[in-house]
Amino acid sequence: MYAQMVKSEATQDDPEKLAAFQARIDAGEKIEPKDWMPEGYRKTLIRQIGQHAHSEIVGQLPEGNWITRAPTLERKAILLAKVQDEAGHGLYLYCAAETLGVSRDEMTEMLLDGRMKYSSIFAYPTLTWADMGAVGWLVDGAAIMNQVPLQRTSFGPYARAMIRICKEESFHQRQGFDIMMKMCAGTPAQKRMAQDALNRFWFPALMMFGPSDAESKHSAQSMAWKIKMNSNDELRQKFVDQTVPQAEYLGLTVPDETLAWNEEKGGYDFAEPDWDEFFEVLKGNGPCSAERIATRQKAWDDGAWVREGLMAHAAKKRASQMAAE
Amino acid sequence: MSAAPTAQDATAPLDIDPQVHVEFLLQLGDDALILGHRLSEWCGKAPVLEEDIALANTALDLIGHAQMWLGYAAELEGAGRSADRLAFFRDPYDFRCCLLVQQPNGDFGQTIMRQFLFDTYHLALLRMLATGKGLVAHRSFPSADPRIAEIAAKAEKEVTYQQERSADLVIRLGDGSEESHRRMQATLDALWPFTRELTDRDPVRVAAAEARLIGDPGGLTPIWEHEVTKVLKAATLTPPDLSHFQSGGRDGRRHTEHLGHLLAVMQSLPRSHPDATW
Repeated sequence: MYAQMVKSEATQDDPEKLAAFQARIDAGEKIEPKDWMPEGYRKTLIRQIGQHAHSEIVGQLPEGNWITRAPTLERKAILLAKVQDEAGHGLYLYCAAETLGVSRDEMTEMLLDGRMKYSSIFAYPTLTWADMGAVGWLVDGAAIMNQVPLQRTSFGPYARAMIRICKEESFHQRQGFDIMMKMCAGTPAQKRMAQDALNRFWFPALMMFGPSDAESKHSAQSMAWKIKMNSNDELRQKFVDQTVPQAEYLGLTVPDETLAWNEEKGGYDFAEPDWDEFFEVLKGNGPCSAERIATRQKAWDDGAWVREGLMAHAAKKRASQMAAE
Repeated sequence: MSAAPTAQDATAPLDIDPQVHVEFLLQLGDDALILGHRLSEWCGKAPVLEEDIALANTALDLIGHAQMWLGYAAELEGAGRSADRLAFFRDPYDFRCCLLVQQPNGDFGQTIMRQFLFDTYHLALLRMLATGKGLVAHRSFPSADPRIAEIAAKAEKEVTYQQERSADLVIRLGDGSEESHRRMQATLDALWPFTRELTDRDPVRVAAAEARLIGDPGGLTPIWEHEVTKVLKAATLTPPDLSHFQSGGRDGRRHTEHLGHLLAVMQSLPRSHPDATW
């Protein structure tokens, strides 16, 4: 997911306050920024929302890689609109995190120095135009699985950001699937690109949900707090069950020889992704991890004079206004 | 002073050389396409998130304008080409964009200065096409081609906002820190030689004016100069005093070296798979 392996913080608050807080959550109330909240809840949310925001921002890069090479004016416009949406999602999410007492600049610095993460999926390269289809279809598809339930999450600003984000994500997924349909109905070269994209993105997409809950130490607390709504395995299963028929419709082969319908459970059996690879990616050893952060670092460094210039102008304006008063 | 002719002219048959008509549209469409493409190169790399969004938004508007202008050009040409065919299958010398929009992004200041210099011209041009608003009253009429007036009216709304934004940023960065001032002055010096071509009365525009596709194209220069001077003054920036300006984009006679690289990237996919639909 856009927020993976979010470590939930232990909380050492007054047990009575904690119980009252939990009762509010259990009653389905929304927690607002000025309400009392356990320190662990606040810190876990900063980490989770921050990671989600960073994923939106870093996630612009693999798509930006193809905006300049989009094959038609319409595709170029759609992709521009999509990355613009993603930057907008980043903005809402940073704002939601800021209500918890952390600034956007602080979170950016934490991303750049490795203290905060972004989704593993964006550490993979986009190599052909079909990857724009696969990213929309699989990556946005996986993101929606997680984000739809998060519209009901307990923290008000996060839930409200999710409502806006989900509306746009479903358009993103449709445009991705539409690219795949065109590619699969196209020339042999286009079809080859489509299959190649599925081959490369299938397992990284499954990794987006995070490792099995059996190995996820932090899930229970986050679920009690309603900042995680479903288990990783549950969402992954749902994603596979939804996606396999779509691949069949496209005439593509899911790159998993073990994939089989399991009548008894009413879902597909499928192979686990390579979790060692996943942990390496999270550590910053993905195929494009270094490049992604270097690109963001350069944008931040190159933009310093602009930010300082704008601040200097604002200071001059304030000074001249004060002098006039 | 003669009255401004309006609707009656718009319905009168156009007396224009079809080639001039198409070339005029290509000038409009290619400027939008190439500048939109340049801005799209910024994706994910702007100095602040809000600027990332604004640059993508401006790029999106311009690509939208390019679709409309080039789509109409292709229709008039009647050779079975589409806007996409014009965008992705022409060679550099068939492009009709000015040299300014071809300039590389450089730093954020260069992108914004290029945008401001272009937006100011673009807005004056679109207003002239849409409403006839110009300096010379007897040449004040909307384009005699109602389709041009209609597209220009739609684009004008977006460009009004773009111009406000780029002018505001030029002022804030020009009159900002010592470094931002120095950078903005340097970029103004570097881009200034490409500005005269914007409002030049090139042969296509003169012919378009004779056919009443556009009012007085010479009227664009004073409008542009007035606005640019005002903004640069507020930005504490001074245009260089030049004896020579560059041109060659409007007729494709001598484009920049940059255009070929830009097109090599932009056109690579459709040209590699000419039979594909996307």
